[in-house]
Amino acid sequence: MSEPDRDEHSGVELTDHEWDGIRELDNPLPRWWLWVWYATIAFSVVYWVLMPAWPGISGYTRGLLGQSDRAEVARELQELRLARAEGEAVLQAATLEQIEADPELLSRALAMGQSVFGDNCATCHGAGGGGAPGYPNLRDDVWLWGGSLEEIEHTIRVGVRSNHPDTRTSVMPAFGRDNMLTGAQISDLTEYVVALSGRDADPEAVARSGQLYADNCAACHGPTGGGSRELGAPDLTDREWLYGGDRAEIRRQIHNGRNGVMPSWEDRFSPGLAKALAVYVHANAAGDSGAAR
Amino acid sequence: MTTIIDQSRNVRPAGAAPVSVAERQRAKARAGGLYKPRVPIYPKLVHGRWRQVKWALLILTLAIYYVTPWIRWSRPGDLPDQAVLVDFDGGRFYFFWIQLWPQEVYFITGLLVLAALALFLTTALFGRLWCGYACPQTVWTDLYIYIERMFEGDRNARMRLDAAPLSFNKLWRKGGKHAVWIGVAFGTGGAWIFYFHDAPTLIRTFWIGQAPMTAYVSCALLTFTTYVFAGHMREQVCTYMCPWPRIQGAMLDDQSFQVTYRYDRGEPRGPHKKTESWDGRGDCIDCNQCVVVCPMGIDIRDGAQLECINCGLCVDACDEIMDKVGRPRGLIAYDTDAAVAARNVGETPKYRLVRPRTVYYAVALAVVSGLMVWGFMGRKDLDAHALRDRNPAYVQLSDGSVRNGYTLKLGNRGFEPATVEIDFAGVEGAQVHSPGHEGDGPVQVELAPNQVTSVRVFVTAPPEAAGEGAQDAAFEIRNGDKTHTVDTAFAFGSQR
Repeated sequence: MSEPDRDEHSGVELTDHEWDGIRELDNPLPRWWLWVWYATIAFSVVYWVLMPAWPGISGYTRGLLGQSDRAEVARELQELRLARAEGEAVLQAATLEQIEADPELLSRALAMGQSVFGDNCATCHGAGGGGAPGYPNLRDDVWLWGGSLEEIEHTIRVGVRSNHPDTRTSVMPAFGRDNMLTGAQISDLTEYVVALSGRDADPEAVARSGQLYADNCAACHGPTGGGSRELGAPDLTDREWLYGGDRAEIRRQIHNGRNGVMPSWEDRFSPGLAKALAVYVHANAAGDSGAAR
Repeated sequence: MTTIIDQSRNVRPAGAAPVSVAERQRAKARAGGLYKPRVPIYPKLVHGRWRQVKWALLILTLAIYYVTPWIRWSRPGDLPDQAVLVDFDGGRFYFFWIQLWPQEVYFITGLLVLAALALFLTTALFGRLWCGYACPQTVWTDLYIYIERMFEGDRNARMRLDAAPLSFNKLWRKGGKHAVWIGVAFGTGGAWIFYFHDAPTLIRTFWIGQAPMTAYVSCALLTFTTYVFAGHMREQVCTYMCPWPRIQGAMLDDQSFQVTYRYDRGEPRGPHKKTESWDGRGDCIDCNQCVVVCPMGIDIRDGAQLECINCGLCVDACDEIMDKVGRPRGLIAYDTDAAVAARNVGETPKYRLVRPRTVYYAVALAVVSGLMVWGFMGRKDLDAHALRDRNPAYVQLSDGSVRNGYTLKLGNRGFEPATVEIDFAGVEGAQVHSPGHEGDGPVQVELAPNQVTSVRVFVTAPPEAAGEGAQDAAFEIRNGDKTHTVDTAFAFGSQR
């Protein structure tokens, strides 16, 4: 070392550490600092004995206190279930209309419903219930199976084309795939459906397919295309399209006849929870424009 | 400007042979090893002006600390009647007539900023007054030394007692001191928890094991730290643990008033006999009184130093001696480095309280104080926020009209229930609807006192009014004759 090893101002020894000409003083540590360090080591030994600490080949040292995060989580979940069960019981005792009329019950149902919706329904219907192609929009005023509180609760309970014995069900035939109609006939029918919803369509095709519609479609969708609540047959005159409203999508649906499935939730939700969910969906929807039909 | 007076320390002469690291380690081991044992400090009792100020501040600050949680302040309903209360369970901070909600924590931040700026300004003007007079570490250490003196006597008696072999006398004095220390420590930790719960309730539940676990843990923790920091660690906390001694150097300059040994007057120092003349020598008689009264164990005559907490006890000690030897007071005094240096060369010292840094700090203090007052005056009884649904951003209904969903968070900060009317402005023909409320039109909502009410609101606009994209709109929340406007947006994209 060529540098003097004491700081000329304070007389304190210097270490070998140097940064841009600034050198570190080598002051001794206070003795108590060493004790604190020993204390942390002693603490860690106690901790190893009391708490789960060392990993082994097929397990770990469990510690004398028997602490387990898994057991803790399971216990907390159980507490949560018990706490929720109280709220569910209150809702179960009330009718759907009572829940909606009582601000306290309503806010409880909305909170529970939102949570249940996010866990179970959002996968298909979207986080806010906005729907997706093939999965109905639950926020508007168009309903396949009815948008009243009771109808919504019933749909939640039995599902659509589910394995529940009382399931809501109907079948849209695959007219093209099953060779019930020719490609040309399907093209004409597509124009007819476009015309039903009030859009411009090829008048010749519409004229040609009037009888086709009456024979094949009107039984479910109605002679004027208004749909049917009993059969969950969509209204073809409005602007809402489950599988898309352009010509290609309408043609594809007539050809393939896609039939969406909604599971039955009867076994998954307690009656109180199902009520909360029905109230939540109903509260967020814009009523039911087809209720009169 | 720091003037180094003490030249007695070992400075390695230039050109001396370098010393190996191993040799340095051995030298250290001879001198006490790599770790420095604490040198006990026995501060001597002193009388004088600054000691009086310290006693007064000690009584005042301790009184504020112990009494505050017991002040009652009547509030309506089930609300706590404690004047100062940090209510974690209820999520409220009460301070006499003021009530803060958690989302107003910026007022606390502002207070902390103010405290920091006040500390900066005070330090730039008058040095570490906080450290010397108001810091809890100083106040409690002072209290603990007072207790120590009650049991063991003053400096010399304490030193004799520590050196003496174990006896019944030593045992009861030491035992009594520690017992009272622990009692005071427990009182300190015990008073702390009253700030977080209703004090009269907690003082009952605490003894029968029904207080919250946090109360017991906080009490134990503060009892432990008070006993250890004020009883055993003392100046070590300031020297080794506290960051402020390191930071304060940035606030100080040679115009800051600090406890200063006026070497221009004191040097050359040396013992003085009554009959001797004072000519040709300094006023410092090297009596060491400034050193023995120092709670930090330093010699102020070495100049300004990191350990000095600016408490002024050495000023009192020196004044007492100067009176005895018939010299003017103020050999050690609150003075500036620049003044001492000026006197040393025969100039008249100039004191400058207004300097760039004191102006910065004062202006910053005024600005932040102004912001705080302005923010506080602008506080509203109703705290309203609108959260617009993002998914779906909008819904088009069968008749072509467009619907947006909102969640309104309406916080009633008052102590009385309020009824508000919610309306929507900015979109032609828009209708407001809320679940649980009949029909369309302005929605009436009951707001419970002192809590946030969440309201689902849907706004439906006719197709011709709903423009493409998002348009600016606002909720108007009418509370009596007052109207709060909450800005939001109304969205509509192209038809799916």
